[in-house]
Amino acid sequence: MATGPIDGNFDILKLDGVTRRFAGITALDGLDLTIKRGEFIALLGPSGCGKSTALNCLAGLLPLTGGGIWLDDRRIDVLRPEQRGFGMVFQSYALFPHMTVRKNIGFGLMMRKVSKAETERRVAEALRMVRLEAHADKLPGQLSGGQQQRVAIARAIVVQPPLVLMDEPLSNLDAKLRLEMRVEIRRIHKELGRSTIYVTHDQDEALSLADRIVVLHDGKVQQVGTPEDLYARPANLEVARFMGYQNSLSLSVVGAQVGGETRLTGPGIALQGVGQVTTSRAIASVRPEDLVAGAEGANAIEARVTGAEYAGREFVGTAVTQDNQPIIFRSPRRIQPDELVRLSVPTERVRVFADSVR
Amino acid sequence: MSAVTLTRGGEFRAPFWNRVWTVLLWSLVWLFILNVAAVAASVAVDSLGTRWFGTWLPEGFTTKWYFSAWDEFQLGDVLIVTAKVVASVVFVSVVLGVPAAYALARRDFAGKRTILLLLVLPVLVPTITYGVPLATLLYRVNLGGTIWGVICANLVPTVPFVVLVMTPFIEQIDQRLESAARVCGAGTWAVFRHVLVPLLAPGIMAASLLVLVRSIGMFELTFLTAGPDSQTLVVSLYAAAFSAGIRANQSLDALAVVYMVSSLFWLIIALRFVNPVQLVARVKD
Amino acid sequence: MSSLVAPGGAMAGTKPGWRASLGWDGTTLLVLPAVLFVLAFFVFPCIYGLVLSFMPLKGGALDNYIRFFSENRFYSTIWKTLLIALPATLANVFLALPIAFALRKSSKYQRVVTAILVVPITLGTVLVAQGLLGYLGPNGWFMRLLTTLHVIDAPFRMTHNYIGVLLSLIITGFPFSFLLTLSYVTGIDPMLAKAAATLGASPWTQFKQIYLPLLAPGLAMGFCLAFVQSFAVFPSAVLLGEPAGITRVMALAVYQLAYEDYNAPMAAAGAMVMGLVQLLVVASVLGLRGLFYRGPVGGTKG
Repeated sequence: MATGPIDGNFDILKLDGVTRRFAGITALDGLDLTIKRGEFIALLGPSGCGKSTALNCLAGLLPLTGGGIWLDDRRIDVLRPEQRGFGMVFQSYALFPHMTVRKNIGFGLMMRKVSKAETERRVAEALRMVRLEAHADKLPGQLSGGQQQRVAIARAIVVQPPLVLMDEPLSNLDAKLRLEMRVEIRRIHKELGRSTIYVTHDQDEALSLADRIVVLHDGKVQQVGTPEDLYARPANLEVARFMGYQNSLSLSVVGAQVGGETRLTGPGIALQGVGQVTTSRAIASVRPEDLVAGAEGANAIEARVTGAEYAGREFVGTAVTQDNQPIIFRSPRRIQPDELVRLSVPTERVRVFADSVR
Repeated sequence: MSAVTLTRGGEFRAPFWNRVWTVLLWSLVWLFILNVAAVAASVAVDSLGTRWFGTWLPEGFTTKWYFSAWDEFQLGDVLIVTAKVVASVVFVSVVLGVPAAYALARRDFAGKRTILLLLVLPVLVPTITYGVPLATLLYRVNLGGTIWGVICANLVPTVPFVVLVMTPFIEQIDQRLESAARVCGAGTWAVFRHVLVPLLAPGIMAASLLVLVRSIGMFELTFLTAGPDSQTLVVSLYAAAFSAGIRANQSLDALAVVYMVSSLFWLIIALRFVNPVQLVARVKD
Repeated sequence: MSSLVAPGGAMAGTKPGWRASLGWDGTTLLVLPAVLFVLAFFVFPCIYGLVLSFMPLKGGALDNYIRFFSENRFYSTIWKTLLIALPATLANVFLALPIAFALRKSSKYQRVVTAILVVPITLGTVLVAQGLLGYLGPNGWFMRLLTTLHVIDAPFRMTHNYIGVLLSLIITGFPFSFLLTLSYVTGIDPMLAKAAATLGASPWTQFKQIYLPLLAPGLAMGFCLAFVQSFAVFPSAVLLGEPAGITRVMALAVYQLAYEDYNAPMAAAGAMVMGLVQLLVVASVLGLRGLFYRGPVGGTKG
């Protein structure tokens, strides 16, 4: 039954056991998430992890096969997309090519039968917010990628939706523009205060924009936390790898110590890291930038350099341990192939996870 | 809020009136298809009936009408003529059209728009408008009434058709493949033989099949230019139907069935290789 | 297609200079055989016809045209042909639109229906006309079914009149319009409709505000192409209609002038008038088309 779009705001958005199974593939597997009013949530994960599916389910473009979505105490997963009243920014922008910028932005208001005068006022306000007043009467085909993206954002927010959904909106822009637009999106979010769910596969975007990040993998939530939480304390190997912990060393466990730390050894390697495991072998995750070549310290890895890349302010080195595991590290001074280096790292920068392979 | 149900396709079930509309549309489609099938079937049934008047089905069944039709309409000769005409039209239109499509797809040159317009015109001008003067001219040079005249006339709309069908096929082939072949040392002939022909082959086959299917049914041009011994099957059918009063209807329907079968036979073969949408060769604006 | 000469693309021995600046080289010459053919067998006959129409068997240069527009049995063919062609075209285009729209998603149904609908096109106008003579005749299955179901009391005339010809044109013309419209509809980015949905548009509004404006130019083009086919109606008008009466179409008049009256110049004049009338209709529809958005419909560059 069409009841029209939801208006007004909400306190809690709850995803409860959200599942979507279609054609033998489980895209979402029991997703549980609670979002508070005004939060900026990033859904982060590699391709195929289910983040876009989750967004489409929230928008109503895909129905759930299990679980439910509640807006306060109202169940919304039974509503069709035109009844939900959320704003959505698509990856391909999906601007209506035959309508001017002004008409595109005003489309949602037209659907809600807002008066002409009110529409004009609100469209002008939206144009000001995305700084496109000069282009109001152009067609989308006459705009650049960045401008089209801003029109897409304006179109989504002008209806004052309780929730704004963004599906990898920056992925089609070049690097410089992406950084500029990130600042814009943060500014707009601060100005409007609308709850936003932002899908991305770019770790940097998530870290800079989100209040909380949700990492997804294979349709399941791996970790939910603030950017600092995820950066410093990834919950498992998948999350760690995604957050830039590029090194994964498979080592033997020597013994767990009090305080949640574990000692690991390997040929030419003696490491103490944060994390408790029950298996006899474990994986140590370390960021390349946390490895320091040549410094003193008990935690050390002896490795032989295999290659070096010049990256401007430092060198990115690739090396192998004595049992041929690859390591990536950074060095301020020039390094040569076949050089032997001793890489040290502070204990709290080493995350230990169980090694399920052996 | 009503409890929503999902369709088998995993989508939301559409609102009520949308579903009513969909049912209406599908009934219309099926009505159309059934009626057309019934038309074809009634022709076929009649051709196999002994006598049929005033009842649902004929009184008895026989195949004698096919034999009488074979003699009456000289079907053996007509089929041979049709085969010759269609084969020649397919061959010549491909030989003329494919290179032209290649040149148009690969090069921007002065006069290109005029040439494109020129090639598209036969599709837009009524067949009779150019057919009657063309037939007059062909008779003037003694080609009228011969099989050559028929072939020439039928080529006029098919050459542009081949160009229109082939153009997207050629545009799909990455131009850099030819450059890569040249960089590897291939001359023009080698590029043609080893790169272009294999890649164009499916497109050429598609175009040939489409021309074939269309040519079997092309009536007006053959009608204007054919003589008594250069009639194709469809023209024979028309001529027979036109003077239908004096002969048994059943043998006429037998002729019609022979025509239907030839047409459908090639259509089924064509559909295996070709997307039906290409049959209408969109004129790009 | 770049305008620079492809490496080694020109045939050996082509001189650069004025030809290169026009973009002509060995490859462009490939277009020549087709162009020459069209010039010889199409353009030349058209011009010949035009000239011939001004050289009547007896009388002054314009006599053929004067005769055409003053004798009822000639100028009446204009409105009679339009009377058949315009409704047939409108029916084809407006039936094709909802059905092609309903089948816009690529699915098994789309392929099956498309393949089945191609059959009437292949069968052609002659067979359909001949078949309808039997099927719609007083003893045919159609009438028999209607009387058996008591929808009507007695068979009414559907052959040898206007209705039969109109139906025949719809049967052969609808699949063509359908395929053409389908190709236009599938070219529109489905994301646009989804975006409209998230903004509150119901399925009907999505169609009206998004699809229809974007389809309009394609529909206009489709109308023109369908009209060209219907306007040239000939075998069905003779076999299934009243060739001496309401379905005396222009094509028939021209044919009779050429092959029965042996009056080639007058036939040419008739052919020219026919082309002109068609041109007028097509030009006015295409003119209307210019009022709509005609840019890319595949969505924005995302």
